[in-house]
Amino acid sequence: MQNETLKRLIKNGAIWAFIVIQLVFFEVAGRWWSLSDSAFMDLDNMLLLLKQSAPIGIIAIGMTVVMINGNIDLSVGATYALAGIVMLDSMNWPFMEAMGDAAIPLAWLFALFTGAILGLINGVIVWKTGVDAFIVTLGAMLGYRGLVFMYNGENPTYHLNWTMVDFAEADILGLQTPALVFIAVVLIVWLMMTRTVHGRNAYAIGDNREAAVNAGIRVGPHIVVNFVLIGFLAALSAVAFYSGSGSVNPNDGMLFELWAITAVVLGGTKLAGGRGSIIGTLGGVIAIQLLRKGLGHIGADTETVNLVIGTILIAVLFLDRQLNRKGAEELKV
Amino acid sequence: MADQAMKSLGSVLARQGILVAFILFMVSFTLWNPRFIDIDNVFGVIRSSAILGIMALGVTFVVIGGNLDLSVGSMLSFSAIVVLDLHENPAFGPALAIPAMFAMTLCLGAINGFLIGYLRLNSLIVTLGMLSAIHGLTLTYSGGQNMDIANQNETWFDVFGRGEALGIPVPVLIFLLLAAFLGIVLAKTPFGRKVYAVGGNGTAATFSGIPRARVVFMTYLISAFCVATAGLIQASRTMGAQNTVGQGMELEVLAAVILGGASLLGGSGTIFKTVIGVLILGFIQNGLLLAGLEFYVQFVVTWIIIILAVWLDIATKRGKLWSPIA
Repeated sequence: MQNETLKRLIKNGAIWAFIVIQLVFFEVAGRWWSLSDSAFMDLDNMLLLLKQSAPIGIIAIGMTVVMINGNIDLSVGATYALAGIVMLDSMNWPFMEAMGDAAIPLAWLFALFTGAILGLINGVIVWKTGVDAFIVTLGAMLGYRGLVFMYNGENPTYHLNWTMVDFAEADILGLQTPALVFIAVVLIVWLMMTRTVHGRNAYAIGDNREAAVNAGIRVGPHIVVNFVLIGFLAALSAVAFYSGSGSVNPNDGMLFELWAITAVVLGGTKLAGGRGSIIGTLGGVIAIQLLRKGLGHIGADTETVNLVIGTILIAVLFLDRQLNRKGAEELKV
Repeated sequence: MADQAMKSLGSVLARQGILVAFILFMVSFTLWNPRFIDIDNVFGVIRSSAILGIMALGVTFVVIGGNLDLSVGSMLSFSAIVVLDLHENPAFGPALAIPAMFAMTLCLGAINGFLIGYLRLNSLIVTLGMLSAIHGLTLTYSGGQNMDIANQNETWFDVFGRGEALGIPVPVLIFLLLAAFLGIVLAKTPFGRKVYAVGGNGTAATFSGIPRARVVFMTYLISAFCVATAGLIQASRTMGAQNTVGQGMELEVLAAVILGGASLLGGSGTIFKTVIGVLILGFIQNGLLLAGLEFYVQFVVTWIIIILAVWLDIATKRGKLWSPIA
């Protein structure tokens, strides 16, 4: 019994312990080996870290919900790019230009609406056809990326509006807008998953879909809602990022889905569904960003980041399996 | 009588739906533009699909075995970069560079196979991790630089990508020979049957005395071998490569395999169907280009076709068009 509690503590705390170890390691390594002139655990540095992790982080939060549901969404990178293009391009439409700065919230709405619609399409296809979410969103990843290219060819889409840039770079207590959006999303979705019926149903469906159906949960619409949510969040991520940058390349957002899934898995969410937490994903997102920054801090090549993260992902999977092993009675093959 | 004929037609359609769709597609495009079926055009399409196709052959084994391989794109970049670098290295030269590259790529496949086969870790996450790790490895190896062959006229290395044998482009020849060979391995050998058994029901396979771990391990070695071959063709065709040449290909390859009708749950699919899946993607792209559309329209068409293909496959199996989910 105590053993069980200990195990759970290790598992839930592991990602945070890992973050602390990283912080200490990069701080000490930076000082001792004099690889860096500046301190790593600097407040500004940490605030910047939160801002930099926002684009992937916001998407990863949505991915957590979808994965707890037992599904997956590979199309988020393309959704992100398309929402960004819609937002910036809509600012160039004549009636929007005529509106001046009042057009900004409208452009955001267009982007968020685009994301929600793309999510809705995925969700409805998964629900109505019964095709696995992996295949549906794999197809959508190609299809939505095609739409991105059809929108503006291979040219970047840009619109520079200083009011929008100011807004994106505004800060409260040193936290810039993308970081604030990220924190708000974490809070709201965490509340949704822990305090609402929808959240409890998400776990129930991921754990055992059959049982959830028998318990009277309307599984189809529930899944659709979660896909709309992740589409919306991918668009929100684009809004937070492109408001500041003002330019979208048609290749933007590629491999975002894989980074988001990596963060979610590091945070302890099960691929099979039914288990996982928003806070864990927050840990996973921070851990990845910390690794990127830290390796840069001690002067390692940025190339090694990929190598390290890939290795850690596999190591986490291995350790998790060892911790979860149900004892000797498991079939040994 | 007519009823029975309809029924058997229906079952043929259900089993060979993708082939029927392919033929319909080819006929309608040919009627619309006779140049479509021109021999040069056909070879052109197969040639441009060869790299994707060869990778798809290996991934077919992995998928039938009930796993995924998302690392093939990174692995392609790795093999192309390595073979070009070793080619430029005076100690190696082309004759040694190629086997050395194959050995290194097979090592990566062996890592995949060990983690997934013997340690039984989840293949999606392992190969996702490997996607990232191999990309990092490639960048570290090349220092982020593109690789090029300096003296392009003094080497026979371009034969794999640009050469012709018996009037057939070498990449096409390699693709077809490898497809024939692997098709026979999968369909006619005890090993092939074991791959189906492991993917269909792993526990049952274990109880029947099939060495599950070793079979899965082998499927990843085959996948890595195919990637190395594809990387060789890629490097030889362009005589140079970027670090990101294979980026994103893992999902296109998977799309071709799924389009061919292999189930992600494992246990079904054939090499022949995968080749059809690859050709469909290739000919769609070509047909849309001939129709004067931009190349990216094919992404949208591919999306629709993948979902329709898998949907129809599932619908015929369950006997209902719409999913029973409430």
